[in-house]
Amino acid sequence: MPKDHGIGASSKRREDKRFLTGKGRYTDDINLPGQAHAWFVRSQVAHGRLTGVDTSAAEAMPGVLRVFTGADFEGVGGLPCGWLVTDRFGQPMQEPGHPVLARGKVRHVGDPVAVVVAETAEQARDAAEAVEVEIDELPAVLDMKAALDPDAPLVHDELKNNLCYDWGFVEENRAAVDAAFETAAHVTTLDLVNQRLVPNAMEPRVALGDFNPATEDSTLYTTSQNPHVIRLLMGAFVLGIPEHKLRVIAPDVGGGFGSKIFHYAEEAFCTFAAKQLKRPVKWTCTRSEAFISDAHGRDHVTRIELALDAEGHFQALRTETHANMGAYLSTFAPSIPTWLHGTLMAGNYKTPLIYVNVKAVFTNTVPVDAYRGAGRPEATYQLERVIDKAAREMGIDPVEIRRRNFITEFPYATPVAVEYDTGDYNATLDKLLEIADVAGFEARLADSKSRGMLRGLGLNCYIEACGIAPSQLVGQLGARAGLYESATVRVNATGGLVVMTGSHSHGQGHETTFAQVVADMIGIGEDMVEIVHGDTANTPMGMGTYGSRSLAVGGSAMVRATNKIIAKAKKIAAHLMEAAPEDIELKDGRFSVAGTDKSVAWGDVTLAAYVPHNYPLEDIEPGLEETAFYDPNNFTYPAGVYACEVEVDPDTGKVTVCSFAAADDFGNIVNPMIVSGQVHGGIAQGVGQALLEAASYDDYGQLLSGSYMDYAMPRADDVPFYRVDHSCATPCTHNPLGVKGCGEAGAIGSPPAVVNAVVDALQRAGHTGVTHIDMPLTPSRVWAAMQG
Amino acid sequence: MTKVSMKVNGKPVSGEIEGRTLLVSFLRDTLGLTGTHVGCDTSQCGACVVHVDGKAVKSCTMFAAEAEGCEVTTIEGMANADGSLSTIQQAFQDHHGLQCGFCTPGMVMSAAALLAETPKPTEAEVRHYLEGNICRCTGYHNIVKAILAASGQDVGDIGGDAIAAE
Amino acid sequence: MYAFEIDRPTTLDAAVTALGQEEAQALGGGQTLIPALKQRLASPARLVSLTGIDELKGICVADDGALCIGAATSHATVAAEAAATYPALADLAAHIGDPAVRNRGTIGGSLANNDPSACYPAAVLASGATIRTNTREIAADDYFEGMFATALEEGEIITEIRFPVPEQAAYVKFAQPASRFALVGVFIARFGDGVRVAVTGASEDGVFRWTEAEAALSDDFRPEAVAGLSVDPEGMIGDLHGSPEYRAHLIRVLTGRAVAAA
Repeated sequence: MPKDHGIGASSKRREDKRFLTGKGRYTDDINLPGQAHAWFVRSQVAHGRLTGVDTSAAEAMPGVLRVFTGADFEGVGGLPCGWLVTDRFGQPMQEPGHPVLARGKVRHVGDPVAVVVAETAEQARDAAEAVEVEIDELPAVLDMKAALDPDAPLVHDELKNNLCYDWGFVEENRAAVDAAFETAAHVTTLDLVNQRLVPNAMEPRVALGDFNPATEDSTLYTTSQNPHVIRLLMGAFVLGIPEHKLRVIAPDVGGGFGSKIFHYAEEAFCTFAAKQLKRPVKWTCTRSEAFISDAHGRDHVTRIELALDAEGHFQALRTETHANMGAYLSTFAPSIPTWLHGTLMAGNYKTPLIYVNVKAVFTNTVPVDAYRGAGRPEATYQLERVIDKAAREMGIDPVEIRRRNFITEFPYATPVAVEYDTGDYNATLDKLLEIADVAGFEARLADSKSRGMLRGLGLNCYIEACGIAPSQLVGQLGARAGLYESATVRVNATGGLVVMTGSHSHGQGHETTFAQVVADMIGIGEDMVEIVHGDTANTPMGMGTYGSRSLAVGGSAMVRATNKIIAKAKKIAAHLMEAAPEDIELKDGRFSVAGTDKSVAWGDVTLAAYVPHNYPLEDIEPGLEETAFYDPNNFTYPAGVYACEVEVDPDTGKVTVCSFAAADDFGNIVNPMIVSGQVHGGIAQGVGQALLEAASYDDYGQLLSGSYMDYAMPRADDVPFYRVDHSCATPCTHNPLGVKGCGEAGAIGSPPAVVNAVVDALQRAGHTGVTHIDMPLTPSRVWAAMQG
Repeated sequence: MTKVSMKVNGKPVSGEIEGRTLLVSFLRDTLGLTGTHVGCDTSQCGACVVHVDGKAVKSCTMFAAEAEGCEVTTIEGMANADGSLSTIQQAFQDHHGLQCGFCTPGMVMSAAALLAETPKPTEAEVRHYLEGNICRCTGYHNIVKAILAASGQDVGDIGGDAIAAE
Repeated sequence: MYAFEIDRPTTLDAAVTALGQEEAQALGGGQTLIPALKQRLASPARLVSLTGIDELKGICVADDGALCIGAATSHATVAAEAAATYPALADLAAHIGDPAVRNRGTIGGSLANNDPSACYPAAVLASGATIRTNTREIAADDYFEGMFATALEEGEIITEIRFPVPEQAAYVKFAQPASRFALVGVFIARFGDGVRVAVTGASEDGVFRWTEAEAALSDDFRPEAVAGLSVDPEGMIGDLHGSPEYRAHLIRVLTGRAVAAA
């Protein structure tokens, strides 16, 4: 029987009622008295010298309060980068400045040049057209390899070239890897592109700055996954506001997928302008603007080579990747192609020798940073594509070649610096073969053929490093922040609890799942637990939600704080029952003395804590409120196996996803319904990457896919029902809940399955020359591939 | 500025608007009905879907002036009279048909329009009908499932996650 | 959007008068115009909404059997009410945009705009329909003048479209994956005196008739009749979603499918 409450139950989400009745409170729903509106004037060219910005005409327009330019931000800090990567020669990466508003040069279409603040949003936009921006256009740097040509124009004049860093990992292994390739029985090589994507959370970004002249307090309402991080970055590095004078509120947030981790210029601007104008200043992004101002994702160009022995055992792996940083370094950009990518190149396999080279490159494009999966989808895609290609070349079944190379002993230290604590890849693979009905494929193939369609089956494994992250480790790797999480548990006199967490929910359902955990630990109803998040003023310091970290890290902090509560409550209970604290047991919301029939209810103890008439005041303080921080000692390693079946229309090249199955090992699970939902969403994003989505620039640096007219978002009829399973659980060994995280798996694991399936379909139909097609596998690309 | 009057969720309302004022702006900014959302500017995402005279429309692609005299229903008008969730809303909660909630109002409004036209739609009909509603969170699985369930159809064995839905 | 005034006339005469004002522009269902206004691609001083004019709405069958559709009739209405008389046309209307768009978008608005990827122009051209305006009648062959260009004069309002109903017809659309507009759409209409084939989405000159296919299908109305034909990629649209060669290829494939479906 499935559980009906607590850990393991598919509790319905308490968030839903407000969202289903239109009572959610997203940032754009908030309007403050006296609020003014900002409209950003953005560069329409990809690269150029900014020779003049004339705001006089705009300032004379109706309703205009002030027009800001880069000059207003002299003496204000730039947007900081949160990660310093050291290159393979031991040198720090090249780190250019990132001004709030452009100064001297514009570096991508969408680079903000000026901002009009007016009484209404339409007035601001009307006046923005009257701002005269003079730009001497320069040749745009777009292609990454061309950008590294010594004669290439410089994106940043102060840097010596367009190379952010040339990273080697593990550099000491390079010679041994090269030597293994010399003697390998078989080498498979694959050149591929992991294309640039636009995250496209459905809620566009919004920032609303407010300033109280009497107290000199600043408040920013923003669409963020991590309000404390924004407070830290914006306060300390950009505007010079101490944290106690700056409050950041991220209320209901309509999806993030990474794009709302980063600190953006618009947040700093609205906070700054509110103080200058002594009025609240609001900016609401349009979708068209989001396409040229939200950080993009992916954009890697890779050559991967796999060396195998004659039996298909992996001997060595070597990759060379060019990773696009865009025009500036977004908050976590340098870490994505390095520590979130190179460290995953072992995958689920015991490849003994691995060398990863990454050249991060500046171009005149929108900055690139984490998008759901962030580095790990790129690693998985390369690896699982090259394995499929190798299997085909060597005539080994794609399932068999994977089994032959699986890691089976845990803990397992990879040659790329991480230690997997636990897993059972054969069990997950067996489960996948079952739920995907791989045995029935031939019959479905015959059916497709009878209808003139090509059918293919693709599968792949994935592993990810989640639960980001052990602070000491990432500190050594260049992170400029700690990546712990915190929680405060406040018990009220009548027994209800408020949990204040530094994690942030923007669709993940923390208000439900976190309450399930705490209620389960104490043995009370979930409705007695309230979860508060998203406001730096009433939550403890937190690092936010990304990297599938909320339950693994934030949940662990909450468990710790709850354990402190329980320990103290036991002391109070012991006093009430005149017993020793070590004899007190807590079960189903009652404290009892072991071996006796004496007990008191949870509510009796909480009341005693706040009405301490009969209370050991000499030993313990009254009240019942505890805070805990949790810093993990390792990443978590969710892993799984995915399978996709497609039909390809041989006349048009159109790919239809017929079925998609996912078997995941997420360790322990708090709410299976929510976990399945996370996987569903990730799969759709992965299918979107595989078949539909691409941010494409023309030769002048104009974004061709700059709206939903040309950027193909997955829609309901692009995907089937999915079959998901997470029963093959090997609990994480190093966090108290044994959880691994599930937020990114779907997006990491699904693109290679789709592409493997399409290649399989074409191969089966006799297109034996088609060994790879770059994503997205649009009808025209697939058709062109079939033409040879 | 001109005056516009209409009925919204059964109540007569009026306000001063510009010619360029979109229906969604009138709902959100003038009436404070912020349940209707704006997710794009090319009339594709469907976060702004409301009903005008019983028909689903994109309130970001209709001027407030064009709704003069119309009956408009928004997500705020969809719950039962006693405040409890309607069948469709309840199905979305029961089957986890929403995550971040941003596309949800438009999804519910479109679902209601679909079921009014086609009381027992097939999976393919649901998916096709949602062509103008984009969700980035759910992968559509549980949205389609919720709508099928709201139509009274058995969805117990869809996707092998019967347990998750119970 | 730039600021403008909106007029909502309730008669055709009032609409004509309103459109005679300085920088006035007609507003049909707005499903294309409003997004363009949001991008500030147009700056009318005045929009004249045609959706409040009852005489421009509705569907009827004329004495000669032609299907007459008022210009301000929504796609949803055509999908529902033309199904018995002209199923291929109703099917086309049922697949334009999405349900919410179909409830607002109008046939007159689509034809006045003449987007190169719109569906209706293919039906109008293949059917040999007549476009009636407040001043005259325009044959489909004379109406379409290239991308976003038509024979309409300044201030002229489409009032009705008269479709001769073919013996057999079908429209097959291959959707552009992002916009869901036609990457290529082919409408085939078989009349007693021959077959007309109109192609949308593909050409840099907008909707056009594929005369080689018309000749072949007039002789032999089977998919095989077009299997050996090919379209010259020269002049076809090439973009993110497909090369000119791909579009040219799709024209032949979809024509065959339309014949099969007719």
